[in-house]
Amino acid sequence: MSDDGTALGARLRERDLSAAPAALNLLESATVEDREQAAALLREVSPQALGGESPGHVIGITGPPGAGKSTLLSALLHAWRAQDRTVAMLAVDPSSRRSGGALLGDRARIELDAADRGVLIRSTAAGERLGGLAWPTRAAAHALAAAFDVVVVETVGVGQAETEIVDVADTVAVVVQPGSGDALQFLKSGIMEIPDVLVVTKADLGQPATRTRRDLSASLRSLGSRSTPVLAVSSLPPAQGIEELIAALAEHRAGLDLAKRRLAARRAGALTDFIAEHGARGLRELGGRQAAMDLLSEQDPGLGVPALVTVLEQRSETSGGE
Amino acid sequence: MSGDQAPRLEQPDRPWMMRTYAGHSTAKASNALYRGNLAKGQTGLSVAFDLPTQTGYDPDDELARGEVGKVGVPVVHRGDMATLMDGIPLGEMNTSMTINATAAWLLALYIVAAENQNPPTPQAELQGTTQNDIIKEFLARGTYAFPPAPSMRLIADMIAYTVEHVPKWNPINICSYHLQEAGATPVQEIAYAMSNAIAVLDAARERVEAAHGDDEDAARELMGQVFGRISFFVNAGVRFVEEHAKLRAMGILWEELGRERYGVTDPKHLRFRYGVQVNSLGLTEAQPENNVQRIVLETLAVTLGRDARARAIQLPAWNEALGLPRPWDQQWSLRIQQVMAYETDLLEYPDIFEGSHVMDGLVAELLEGARAEIAVVAEHGGAVEAVPYMKGALVDSHRQRIHRIESGEQVVVGQNRFAETAVSPLTDDAEGGILVVDPAVEAEQIEAVRRWRSERDQGAVDAALADLARVAADEASRENLMIPTIAAARAGATTGEWARTLREVFGSYRAPTGVGEASGHETPDAELTELREEVSRLQERLGRRPKILVGKPGLDGHSNGAEQIAVRARDAGMDVVYEGIRLTPAQIAASALQEGVHVIGLSILSGSHRELIPAVIDALRAAGVTAPVVVGGIIPDQDVAPLKHAGVACVYTPKDFDLTQIMRDIVELVGNDSASGNGATMPNGNGSAADNAAASNGSGSGSSAHVA
Repeated sequence: MSDDGTALGARLRERDLSAAPAALNLLESATVEDREQAAALLREVSPQALGGESPGHVIGITGPPGAGKSTLLSALLHAWRAQDRTVAMLAVDPSSRRSGGALLGDRARIELDAADRGVLIRSTAAGERLGGLAWPTRAAAHALAAAFDVVVVETVGVGQAETEIVDVADTVAVVVQPGSGDALQFLKSGIMEIPDVLVVTKADLGQPATRTRRDLSASLRSLGSRSTPVLAVSSLPPAQGIEELIAALAEHRAGLDLAKRRLAARRAGALTDFIAEHGARGLRELGGRQAAMDLLSEQDPGLGVPALVTVLEQRSETSGGE
Repeated sequence: MSGDQAPRLEQPDRPWMMRTYAGHSTAKASNALYRGNLAKGQTGLSVAFDLPTQTGYDPDDELARGEVGKVGVPVVHRGDMATLMDGIPLGEMNTSMTINATAAWLLALYIVAAENQNPPTPQAELQGTTQNDIIKEFLARGTYAFPPAPSMRLIADMIAYTVEHVPKWNPINICSYHLQEAGATPVQEIAYAMSNAIAVLDAARERVEAAHGDDEDAARELMGQVFGRISFFVNAGVRFVEEHAKLRAMGILWEELGRERYGVTDPKHLRFRYGVQVNSLGLTEAQPENNVQRIVLETLAVTLGRDARARAIQLPAWNEALGLPRPWDQQWSLRIQQVMAYETDLLEYPDIFEGSHVMDGLVAELLEGARAEIAVVAEHGGAVEAVPYMKGALVDSHRQRIHRIESGEQVVVGQNRFAETAVSPLTDDAEGGILVVDPAVEAEQIEAVRRWRSERDQGAVDAALADLARVAADEASRENLMIPTIAAARAGATTGEWARTLREVFGSYRAPTGVGEASGHETPDAELTELREEVSRLQERLGRRPKILVGKPGLDGHSNGAEQIAVRARDAGMDVVYEGIRLTPAQIAASALQEGVHVIGLSILSGSHRELIPAVIDALRAAGVTAPVVVGGIIPDQDVAPLKHAGVACVYTPKDFDLTQIMRDIVELVGNDSASGNGATMPNGNGSAADNAAASNGSGSGSSAHVA
């Protein structure tokens, strides 16, 4: 017997943070029974059940290794908590899966008050699916956004990773360190999509951070983006720029058509999940990607991802049986 | 030296300085121990501080729980230092202090104790060493307190202060000792110690140049003095011929470094001076009496050739892998030194390896390897920036060492070969042949520090700490931190107050764990392959990959064991959450809950397991986590039953060297635990109906493992 997904979902909907660890255990599980309960859980926190989009701000934070993401997250966490906002952090670790196992090291770099019940950090290994987010991460972010004020999804990389993260986050921040030409190149060549917020770390170094910030601003302008804020921060005491970053993230969210972005994300997520389960063959049975997207866009915008997957599966069974 | 010299010295050399690393319980008890050791013929002191003192916490701090007086003596204020040195004239003593993050503070207390002794000793006459090597604390030993940059500033300030005011003091001992304990090969030990010295000397050179910018000669002279005050603290393993070559190589590199990088010319300043504690990593719990011959051979490594002989030696005790040594065990180690120095003919000859092709060849080989590795560290931006790289390399070397022992390629007599043994009469007594610190010590010390605080001039302490904070925050002023530190010591501030004041300005820090960087098993052997298959089967049943939390509660920074367990668990196919050292029971419980782990592994080497393990288990169960707990560390036999009674599923000690077997046990434990439906049965604090509906899962689905 599995955990009762409906009950856990209802607790999250009522912003009971203590339901989160068990909810995550359920969402990560691959057994048939647990998948059913997980779908029930997600139904409880779907827009339909909530009467609108979940209130939490889902923020994707990505950047290359060594850019200072962990220290930055530590500083952000404390600043959010100082504003009395509850925070869940989903750290997706890039560890190799050669042996199947993974070392999840990120937690070690984040200073936490153990008695603080308003914070949750959960580490997961990068998915066994190539290049993707750990598959339950999307579902987890959706579910936790019902209960927490801020949900951070942290991934590693510059380039591919943030296109994945767009499917889950309301706001995507890319973090680079001074002197990193990669981000500049990726931006110019179009490998990297323009993020919602760009962050240059290690502002305490002074000149190099200022220069990198200026270069990034210039290339964003040349790409026609005048609205993307580029911020320089230092996470070491005395911290600089953290309040400004928090304001920039909040400002992006405030200017967002949230329902539209979330709906697009749910539809894209449903298709990804369907393909992971049924493969190219399943997609053919639906008449191809566009036909699938058309079908999804006909559905009630309040449905959660599992419900949308069910719609696709039912159609595929019907057409497969013909 | 020429080849035609006489085979004997005209006068035998004077013996090296003989010390014993000692201290426990209280300043008073340790003072009695020191006086006893000196009466037995010991010629210098080596102070072991307890972990709260080393990491800057007072005995009544939450993090100090279980650690007070365990691995050394607590020194909380100038009164404790006065008691510790009572009746030992400091003008005549040579005192080595194993102290790093809080070295400036303990030196200040020592200076104040000396000026208050009767007769007083001015600081200019004090002789001794503060270990003060923070980089190796980040790499291997874990008793750091502040982030790297302010830590280096403190060290540079201490060097500047002592060169001027305490000229016979060695302000820093660059330690390769702990690198070997963490698994370093001889090449790594040489290269990382030298890189570390370069980082320290570069920081000192900045001060020197700032002070004498216009006067090049004065700057060069002062830099020579600084260089001459840097000494080393090395290790020696049982492969004693190669180990001796290592020390010769270090001497050559040191002189080269002084001449080429820092323009030092005075031969006196260029001399490679080192003290030594021989290897503890290779000491076994199985048939511990064999450690005596290991210690003797290791001592030969640092005494055999006159050109690379140690200045000071301290030897571990035969029973270190069992627990804390007793005075008699330490006496035995002192007697080894005395037999070597006074009975043998070791000190009667010039360097006996001069002209040896074999020794020269070994040295050349090590030099080549070390130069290459020093270059790699330099490419990473120097020792401070390269800490993650070096840490990863050490974890990896240690992993390979363990693998060689497991496979039998590296023989450890009494452990993986010749394991048959008769019962040892040495470990027969009630305590199992070790020293057990009276658990009442902690309460006494808490009481004592509270009394001290209530009886001192609080206004003077507040003013002194405010001044310390001011100087710490204003680096540009170039005021030396030693000045307000000594003033705070005089005023009666405590170790915890001094460190807290600086933490508030500098911020706190967590060092890299190295486990992420360590590579995996290149070619898994049959046993590991089989284990991975077992883990995959378990994953099918649980619904997600088995997840383990590896935690180090308390202040103990010796993380080698925990790191190796973490790496092996990963190699076995588990998801591993490892957060590094110095965690409170509440932090471990919060991580276990949030991460949804299936099993928790705890490692403690400081002897505080009796207090800390039950505290962690209580915290876990209070958080609603029912996952099984296993424990590894230096756990005496008689403590195993109480730990199991407290709820520990398995206890591992150094004799359990087969990590794959430990993993097999853990996988089985998780399997049984999930099959017994133990998951998710504990209601949490909220106790809602929905919560209790989250029923146990007898079918073996582990989705809800251990948290409700």
